[in-house]
Amino acid sequence: MVAKGKIVWVSGPAVKADGMSDAKMYETVSVGSLNLIGEVIRLTGDVAFIQVYESTSGLRPGEPVIGTGSPLSVLLGPGIIGQIYDGIQRPLKELSKKSGSFIGRGVTTTPVDMTKKYKFTPTVKVGDDVQAGNILGTVEETQLIKHSILVPPDHHGGKIASIASDGQYDIETEIATTEKAGTKTQLKMYHRWPVRKPRPYKQRFDPTVPLITGQRVIDTFFPIAKGGTGSIPGAFGTGKTVTLHQIAKWADSQVVVYIGCGERGNEMTEVLVEFPHLKDPHTGRPLMERTVLVANTSNMPVAAREASIYTGVTIAEYYRDMGNHVVLVADSTSRWAEALREMSGRLEEMPAEEGYPSYLASRLAEFYERAGRVRALGSPEREGSVTLVGAVSPSGGDFTEPVTTHTIRFIKTFWALDARLAYSRHYPSINWMNSYSGYLSDIAKWWSANISDEWLPLRNEAYSVLQREDTLKEIVRLLGPEALPEEEKLILEVARMIKIGILQQNSFDNVDTYCSPKKQFKLLKLLVNFYRNAQRALKEGATITDIRAMSVISSMLKARMEIPDDQLDKLDQVEALMNEQFKNIVGVKVTT
Amino acid sequence: MTLQGGIEYSKIAEIKGPLVIVDGVERASYDELVEIETTAGEKRLGKVLEVGNGKAVVQVFEGTTGLSISGTKAKFSGKTMTMPVSAEVLGRVFDGLGRPNDGLPEPIASKFLDINGEPMNPEQREYPRDFIQTGVSVIDGMLTLVRGQKLPIFSGSGMSHNILAAQIARQAAVIGSGEEFAVVFAAIGVQFSEAQYFKRSLEESGALKRSVLFLNLADDPAIERIITPRVALTVAEYLAYDLGMHVLVILTDMTNYAEALREISAAREEVPGRKGYPGYLYTDLSTIYERAGRLLGRKGSVTQMPILSMPADDITHPIPDLTGYITEGQIVLGRDLFRKGIYPPVNVLMSLSRIMKDGVGEGRTRGDHMEIANQMYDGYSRAQEVRALSEIVGKAGLTGVDIKYMDVGDAFEKNFLSQGVDENRSLEETLALEWKTASILPKGELNKVKDKFIDQYYKAN
Repeated sequence: MVAKGKIVWVSGPAVKADGMSDAKMYETVSVGSLNLIGEVIRLTGDVAFIQVYESTSGLRPGEPVIGTGSPLSVLLGPGIIGQIYDGIQRPLKELSKKSGSFIGRGVTTTPVDMTKKYKFTPTVKVGDDVQAGNILGTVEETQLIKHSILVPPDHHGGKIASIASDGQYDIETEIATTEKAGTKTQLKMYHRWPVRKPRPYKQRFDPTVPLITGQRVIDTFFPIAKGGTGSIPGAFGTGKTVTLHQIAKWADSQVVVYIGCGERGNEMTEVLVEFPHLKDPHTGRPLMERTVLVANTSNMPVAAREASIYTGVTIAEYYRDMGNHVVLVADSTSRWAEALREMSGRLEEMPAEEGYPSYLASRLAEFYERAGRVRALGSPEREGSVTLVGAVSPSGGDFTEPVTTHTIRFIKTFWALDARLAYSRHYPSINWMNSYSGYLSDIAKWWSANISDEWLPLRNEAYSVLQREDTLKEIVRLLGPEALPEEEKLILEVARMIKIGILQQNSFDNVDTYCSPKKQFKLLKLLVNFYRNAQRALKEGATITDIRAMSVISSMLKARMEIPDDQLDKLDQVEALMNEQFKNIVGVKVTT
Repeated sequence: MTLQGGIEYSKIAEIKGPLVIVDGVERASYDELVEIETTAGEKRLGKVLEVGNGKAVVQVFEGTTGLSISGTKAKFSGKTMTMPVSAEVLGRVFDGLGRPNDGLPEPIASKFLDINGEPMNPEQREYPRDFIQTGVSVIDGMLTLVRGQKLPIFSGSGMSHNILAAQIARQAAVIGSGEEFAVVFAAIGVQFSEAQYFKRSLEESGALKRSVLFLNLADDPAIERIITPRVALTVAEYLAYDLGMHVLVILTDMTNYAEALREISAAREEVPGRKGYPGYLYTDLSTIYERAGRLLGRKGSVTQMPILSMPADDITHPIPDLTGYITEGQIVLGRDLFRKGIYPPVNVLMSLSRIMKDGVGEGRTRGDHMEIANQMYDGYSRAQEVRALSEIVGKAGLTGVDIKYMDVGDAFEKNFLSQGVDENRSLEETLALEWKTASILPKGELNKVKDKFIDQYYKAN
């Protein structure tokens, strides 16, 4: 029985309808004569409170509201990769074909092209036992993504009664039939899944493998693991979006889901324009072949902003279930929280801090808990992960506001952006004193196995220089740098070199934008060796002025831009030159 | 703008602040345009904020002064508010609601457009890449403006934001004269003299005939300010997307707009966010700022330069804060520089143009443009640190390189940043000034620029 009611009240994205006693919580409904899409968020008697995902301008009391019987769901199947969706999985390209350059209302489309044919290769045969999550066959979605066709996670299992042979099919074709206790179920290449319900898995593991982003301050100093969670808060202009774009571009994952939640329209356009031309450093294919965009820009309807986060994470989980490592980037979770606040205000709920609803923390927790490295349901055995990275836009750059403080409770890597660093054009403006990573010891094994077991000690030595510089800065501020002994002046000098030569990274420079783990390690080692040599030189009588005058310093600091990943032997030459110059300094001193 | 047709109601339940609550309403729709008629027969415009259970909450743009419970009539038009547009609007002056204000008749409309506009489909946007030369060194060199960008000026009371915006409007207009260029100016609650300054400035440069002015002055109804930027942008979009013009929209002062919004929110007894501003201030501001841009397959562009005065020069105040999260950068004016008599008093370290990277470089401006700009930021920022240090230890306690950085800071402010109100510098001049300033430093200090550019442009003083 679907609910059929009438609008009684309209205010912005909030609509009340009566005659809705058959409606269910979180059911999708069609609102008004334009058939706008809405979702039931409260039921009182036969009055349903509905949040509408499209502009309600012109809507009036008396217009019909009709239930659909199902909760807000996404379609999961081949054809998702490379798309740009709105918050409720309508492809923006299709919307523009129907309503032109601006977003029209009441437009219905299918999330993927239902008529496109894919080459299906079955991996099961008639008579096989299958259960939820099993792979039935594969199709090549893009050159990068081999898409596994899954038995839906809520399927009760059974024997394969029929399976399509090798061939070209559209996704509406029934490719398999299962049979259990005499009842047959038809399966297609896609299924639907409600966005607010996490997709099930068999087992969850600790994250131990780093997500390599090619960004030195992240990978070397505050790494995130595959299946981990991270948050990047910062005032405007501190480079949140650029950092998130960098992660989306260079992360060594198979699939990237980028959610533009209440942010700038041009930023989504930038991704759309840029990604098809950028090549994945690991496979050499265009980045768009592994990327899905969900865009609800700031001027698009506010309720769909709330949904966009769930739409994105459900798509991410789906690709995880195939055995992929997926990164989901959400820019910005603050806008999502504001959408919650707006609807909560219209529901006249009792507000908690700053007008946010009291369930803000639990919603954030639910979202971040959808990250993880898991063993997927069904056979064959496969492991996948969803890494969640959320931007936070604290009002006034104040990290004590509710969204930031609650987010910190549920994440393990924290990249604090600093307006003062951004003002001095130190990008990425990740503050090394306030940021942290809870994965450091977990992923050190990976660095030992793949790059060098010196990585962690070198990283810690460099980090301790930065920490000591931070305390020395206070003294310098009071007394000036000349008041310090030579060893401490050296710390200031080396910290400056680490900032320029490692921490800073130019996203818009062709070479510097991505830094491989190997190059990161070599740069780190070069600078730490400089520090060690310089300490020795000071002991042997050199002065800080001698050290500052070394011409090799300039080459060391520019190496990140001037030495590409395929010419790392040039870094060895820089190191040789450095050693040579140290010998000369000390040599001169010793003879005089 | 008088309404034809529509349904009239005369049962007014309540009048509070800018709101009129009409009772016994049957066919009203959300967002609908309403005409309120006073007992004296005066007509005012408003729109529906909330409708249901027989009541409609109407926000009256021209205020509720003089309205009474009995005798006031409300006519519901059945449609949302529209602005009549045509090429004839160029050279005209309108009031804050889009009605002629220059004694001339209403222009003959070729179209009526909903003033709220519609969100652009991000997939249909064209990414902004065309450099706009403003002739102002600090902007062209370090905070490049790009066609389709939204770049606000964050200022404080009494500072020279209007002079700067007018200079940009004049000089950008001149450079773009080969193409169709237009200026749309919306005064939102500003003083008469400020609006006059703009008008005169456009007149003197001959740009007035390619401009459209919307004036809501300080003594005009406050609630009208909700509409002023929207009618202005509706006209701008028409000029850009229907007539193919490159439109620069100047909105001044957005702080007054946000205050009008707060007034309505308070009258509706909504739960406030920070400083009493409504929780939806961000979303609301974005429906204005996001109307900047370019569209695929269309010639024109809408570039926005909103101006806002930061209350008590506080950049963390909700209005500049939320604006900065939506706009593509910000030009921040600094009180210190203003006091020193420097024009334009742009605090470059707090300023940013997000799209600059895409508008400059090889093939667009010059290969070294971005890198030398970064070097200037770095140098000026170091100069500030050294200045602070020299306050404590004195100049004698500084190293040789530190003193060079102080010289960079001084040269930057004196030769590069400072410029005349009518001085229109070419990009070559601007870049040459940057290199001249950077060349005060020894070559080894220039770590933001590639060696090949140093070889090409560095000239030791």
